[in-house]
Order: sequence, then C-alpha cells, then structure tokens
Amino acid sequence: MSEVKLIDERGIRLDGRRCDEMREIVAKAGILKQANGSGYFAFGNTVAIAGVFGPKEVIPKHLEDPERAIVRCVYSMAPFSTKERVSPAPSRRSIEISMVVRKALESVVFLEEYPKTMIEVYIEILEANASTRCAAINAAAIAMADAGIPMRDLVSSVSVGKVNGHLILDVSGKEDEEGDVDIPVAYYPRKNKFVLLQMDGVLTEEEFERAINLALEGCKKVYEAQKKALRQRYEEVEFEIK
Amino acid sequence: MSEISQESQIKEYERIASERKLVLPGDVLGEGRAGQGTYIDQGVVVAKVLGLAETRGNMHFVIPLNGIYSPRRGDNVIGIIKEIVMSRWIVDINSPYPAILSLSESLNTFVDLTKTDLTRYYDFGDVIFARVLSVTKSKLVQLTMKDRRCRKLIGGRLIKITPTKVPRVIGKNGSMVEMIKRKTGCSIVVGQNGVVWIRGANSDLAAEVIYKIERYAHKVGLTNKIEEYLDRKLKERSARGGSE
Repeated sequence: MSEVKLIDERGIRLDGRRCDEMREIVAKAGILKQANGSGYFAFGNTVAIAGVFGPKEVIPKHLEDPERAIVRCVYSMAPFSTKERVSPAPSRRSIEISMVVRKALESVVFLEEYPKTMIEVYIEILEANASTRCAAINAAAIAMADAGIPMRDLVSSVSVGKVNGHLILDVSGKEDEEGDVDIPVAYYPRKNKFVLLQMDGVLTEEEFERAINLALEGCKKVYEAQKKALRQRYEEVEFEIK
Repeated sequence: MSEISQESQIKEYERIASERKLVLPGDVLGEGRAGQGTYIDQGVVVAKVLGLAETRGNMHFVIPLNGIYSPRRGDNVIGIIKEIVMSRWIVDINSPYPAILSLSESLNTFVDLTKTDLTRYYDFGDVIFARVLSVTKSKLVQLTMKDRRCRKLIGGRLIKITPTKVPRVIGKNGSMVEMIKRKTGCSIVVGQNGVVWIRGANSDLAAEVIYKIERYAHKVGLTNKIEEYLDRKLKERSARGGSE
C-alpha cells in the first residue's frame, strides 16, 4: 500500500532495528518532588512523564461516587514535543487518549478502597515519536504504584504495527506515518488480559493473532523495566546522612 | 489499648525494615491468608501496594512505603479547624475525608448556642490534637477531645510527612521522637495522620531531621545516624552562637 520503503531486504528497519526489536527503554520512578507519586517512561525518543495526586477530595463535588474512587486522567503533549508546535489546549485526540489511559488504569486499581475520592493522573508527553499513549500508560502505572495506590498489578503497554507487509514491534515515527496498521495494546500481566486494544488499518485474522503475540512479548519487557524502576527508587537511595 | 497496638506496630516496622523485602503491586507472596496490603488472586496472596513484605504464620502483610492517611478508630491525629457549622467543627485531618468534632465530644460544659460563639473554643485555623472516635463505611469521621492527651496546640509549626512513616518517626517505644525532643529542646507532637507539630528554638532542625527520617524510613540503624547528625549540627550551632 505504502510507497515508502521502511524495511530493507534483510528485515532491518529505518532505525536499524529488527522487526521484533523495541527501542531502548528508560524507566524511572519518583522523579517529581511535589506529586504523591511520579514516573518517567521512554521508548527511544518518545518520552512521557506522569504525576499522581490523591486519593483526595473530589472537585467538583457532584462527580463524587459514594462507593468508589474516581480516576481523573489528563494526557497532554508539550508544545515542543513534535516537529510542529502542538497547541497546549486539550484536543479531540488528547481527550480520547486521556479516556483510554484512564480505562486501562481503572481496571487494575482497587477503587472501592477509597470511596468519595478522586485520583488524579497527569501525563505530559515531552517528546513524541509515535506510541505516545503506550509510553503514557507505562509512566502512569509507575507513578500510581509509586504513590502507594492499591493496585492489582501494573499495566504495561506497547504498540505493534504493519509496514511493507511485515509485522513490527514498537512503532516509531516514520513507521506510524507511512505504515499500514498501528495497534496500541496495554497488558495486565497477572490476569493475562489486555486492557487497551485499538487498531487502525486492516489485518487478516492470522496476522492479528501474530501481532498480538508480538505485543505480548514487548509488554513483558516493559513490565520488567517498570518493576526495575520502582525497585531502584528505594534501593538506590544512598544511606549517608550529611 | 491503642497505645499498645501502636507500640507493636512500631516493633513490627523495625523488624520488617531490617529484613527489607521490597515488593511491588502484583508480586506473589505465596499461599496463605491475605493481611493488610494484599489480596488473593487465583489461590495465592498477592501484594497490592508498593512496600515491605512480611509473613507471620500463614498471614501475609505489606507495609506500604507511600500513600495517604486513611482514618481508623483510635488514631491520634493533628487537625486544623476548617469550618464551624451549627454545633460542630469540621476538621481537616490530612485525609480526603474531613472529620467532624461535635460539641458534646469536645466540651464538658453546657453551651448556649444562642449566646455563645463557638469560635471561643476553637477558632478557624486552630490546631488540635484529637482522637478518632469512629469511622463509618461511607467514611464519615468523628473526632473526640475526651482524652487525657487531646488539646489545642498553640504556637509552633506544622510539617507534613508520609503517614505510613509515622511509626518510624516515633521509634521503638517513642525512642526516636524522645531523642529529638531531648536534643533539640523542642516540644513535638506526632499525629498518626502524618502531621507533626513542633515548637521550640531549634524547630527548624527538628523539622529537618524528621524529613530525613521520612526519606530513609526503610533503612536500618536510623536512630543512631540521626543522633550523630543532630549532635554535629547542634555543636556547629553553639559554636556559631559563641563567636557572635
């Protein structure tokens, strides 16, 4: 379908990765001092940071749920995150992403433990090079665990795509623009379930099956990176009181 | 009763801190019963918060390292008067749920509300040390002042720390907080909701070390290190005071 050549004969992508290879992952926890919990997650040069506040009093009051906590999630892209400046105002796209991220997180949080409260999750994309919603979910999951919010598990997310007839893991810039298919998924490891699955483009049933399995492998790597980040937050605090 | 449970809680914390087994949400703790900070999934006990894991008998627990204050009956808390409505005060206790202090739970005398303004007893912004009388399922929190230790806290400064680290600030049988009080000469009151009230000349230093304790709460041998640090700082301070 696409004219641009994104994968060469040896199956090497534009940035030198193999089809089932991910960009370099950088994950950190506790990077913001003012938030109750915070996380940083990067796939190569797609960078997301997240800050979590609460559980706290619900504002405005009428949104309050007497039986469970509500999650407020705001995804936003920094004006300097892309080639062309993005307006900092909420757009159709960012509202949609805020919603899907919220739903993915809600499925693992014990909301009933804090009735009449609200958990705020603010996600900022510092640099965008495709798969921003995946990085956003990963950063937000780290931030939530860091804030001490009771969760069933972390959520890990990665995207898969199809370019020039090849299935690829962790879609990046050009592949997103010129590729045929883009599927972001979020995975809930303990239950072995997906909590986010979106797709644009067309795949056969067999290709879809393969794509999902590819995503699963990616999510497991992300999950390990997230856990490592949270552990490091407490283990690397040097113990010298000066 | 509550003091005994608090003491045992502190001992627990010390012991767990020495083992230092850090777990994350979703980590499997093994088979058995699910205690605080855990849940059962597919027949095994799983951690639900980031914290230090502990097993007692076949019961698994996780002591969280971060999180907000969730009021429980019998807790001693420090609150700030936020609002006065009819015959009760609404108190901010550093939790998502505001607490209610009713007239009958704070005073022993009869008050004629038509003639007396309630600000005479507790005014807006007043700081009180109170006990949690009850918490309902819908998180309606009631406070009481009818306890020997409950009183209005006058003057001083307030600092907020992570509520889960309060036992560490108090220390074994209150050893940590007593040590800070003795060395700095400050009056210190620690609320289980993570609010600490400090009054005295060296209150800045006391606040500083409390923040340090919060930061290193999951480490062992903290009391000694804090003591050394305080000694050093106080020495510097008196040396500086002497030269001026």
